[in-house]
Amino acid sequence: MSYTLPELMVTAAAREIADGEVVFVGMRLPLLGFLLAKSTHAPEAVGIYELGIVRDTLAPAPILTMGDLPNLYRARWLADTADTMGLLQQGQVDVSFIGGAQIDRFGNLNTSYIGGVEKIATRLPGSGGACDLASLAQRHIIIMNHERRRFVPQVDYMTSPGFGDGAGWRREVGLPRGGPAAVITTLGILRFDAQSREMMLVSLHPGVRVDDVLNHTGWPLEIADELAQTPQPTEEELGMLRRFDPQGYWTGAKPSGL
Amino acid sequence: MPESKLLPLPEAIERFIPDGSAIALGLAQETLIPFAAGHELIRQKKQRLTLIGPISDILFDQIIGAGCVRKISAAWVGNVITGSSYNFRRAVEGGSLEMEDHSNLTLAMALRAGAMGVPFMPARSALGSDLFKTNSSLKTMTCPFSGETLTAVAALRPDVSIVHLQRADEYGNAHAWGNLGLIRDACLASRRIIITAEEIVDPDIISRDPNRVVTPGYRVSAVAHAPWGGHPSPAPGYYNRDHQGFLDYRNESKTPRAYDDWQKRWVQSIQNWRDYTKLLGAQRMAELAIKHHDYSEPVDYGY
Repeated sequence: MSYTLPELMVTAAAREIADGEVVFVGMRLPLLGFLLAKSTHAPEAVGIYELGIVRDTLAPAPILTMGDLPNLYRARWLADTADTMGLLQQGQVDVSFIGGAQIDRFGNLNTSYIGGVEKIATRLPGSGGACDLASLAQRHIIIMNHERRRFVPQVDYMTSPGFGDGAGWRREVGLPRGGPAAVITTLGILRFDAQSREMMLVSLHPGVRVDDVLNHTGWPLEIADELAQTPQPTEEELGMLRRFDPQGYWTGAKPSGL
Repeated sequence: MPESKLLPLPEAIERFIPDGSAIALGLAQETLIPFAAGHELIRQKKQRLTLIGPISDILFDQIIGAGCVRKISAAWVGNVITGSSYNFRRAVEGGSLEMEDHSNLTLAMALRAGAMGVPFMPARSALGSDLFKTNSSLKTMTCPFSGETLTAVAALRPDVSIVHLQRADEYGNAHAWGNLGLIRDACLASRRIIITAEEIVDPDIISRDPNRVVTPGYRVSAVAHAPWGGHPSPAPGYYNRDHQGFLDYRNESKTPRAYDDWQKRWVQSIQNWRDYTKLLGAQRMAELAIKHHDYSEPVDYGY
């Protein structure tokens, strides 16, 4: 069964969720990743949304965004943003998902100012909850396009902290826990070295070569000794995804969301 | 009986929002965004406004494009399902808009500090990030008890919160349901509150269910009847999110000229909610209507 690149990425994101985990679900592709995990290998996962929503069942109709009314329908809890952020700040969220426009070798993300603050080339929307999800979840997963202009040695502005300038940084600045666990890109999956906290390529999507990844990364990227191939979505997973996104808004061949 | 606070929307905005006001709006994030009230700010050509909100989902962009805004204090300004918003980009990149960068958590804490009457709230988010560079209301501090490094978020006291919700009585008592975002903290933190409501109902309907009241009505300055006043955002119990409205606005705001056309059509040609729903059209409204009703059980508040 053929599949699109966003379908492969959402499937990879869903597999990062273990059954029973509490997930802080971010905007866009992660919405589908959570639904896919819930409907396949993680039926007991709980989803928290920054609008003030907690739910542990699938929305009864397709949603494009977390504020769509089917995502409020029979939620376990409809509450204040501060309530959901409190659970996150306490350390009760196992995993969160965020997107990025620009990332560096230590997984710091910029979604605010391309070119930096002094000389703004492009103003992006900003943090939303991303800074909080990156600061306070036990681990977070990043989903983004893999392009050389986006994978830079150092971000122009740090909206959402990764590992800062390397090992020990998060503790030094006072962050209580966490850090990026994986970066799922259009080319592969990257994780972070346990000692140096530097990004490392661990998996290639089908048909992608190591050189493709290196050419699209703005620093000499570490490559894992044992490089995996990202598993293709199964028929069951694709069937589910097409139920959740029937128009292919996020997961079509030319997705609007990437 | 207390005095009625029911006003036509233009009068409510005129009386309680002078130029230079700091306004909190879009507080439930993606739902119940007060578009009708925001468009009235544009029609009245308000000047030098500060807009405060978590995720504005195109309303901030619309008000910025009209030249009403001096400063933004927000976590995210864009179009949730399409990405960037163009008037906001043009204004920040051109240097005409002052920006205070929050996260959703820090903005919630800024309003909670205002609501609690304390100068700041501590948080654990954003430490080490560059939000501190573009938001002078964030500082690091040392916890006096544990010695830990924390983020201190300065209190925000908006001049006014504008809240769109499902139903209100004429005295300012009002029900909202669905996700509540930052509505309750913002109302408590604000000096004045303007409510726009899908329906104006008998006071009994509100007082018989006080758990659903968002803020005490005596603090509300004005109530305006605004059916479809949250469109294209969703209003639980009333209408669904109009995705097409957000998709269209992406193109309708790409250039200043396109935005001017949008403003003529959707703001300047309209005087009240009847004009707006006429422009929207019966077919589109029927498509957005709630199809699968799901009523909760009544509860007993008796004694």
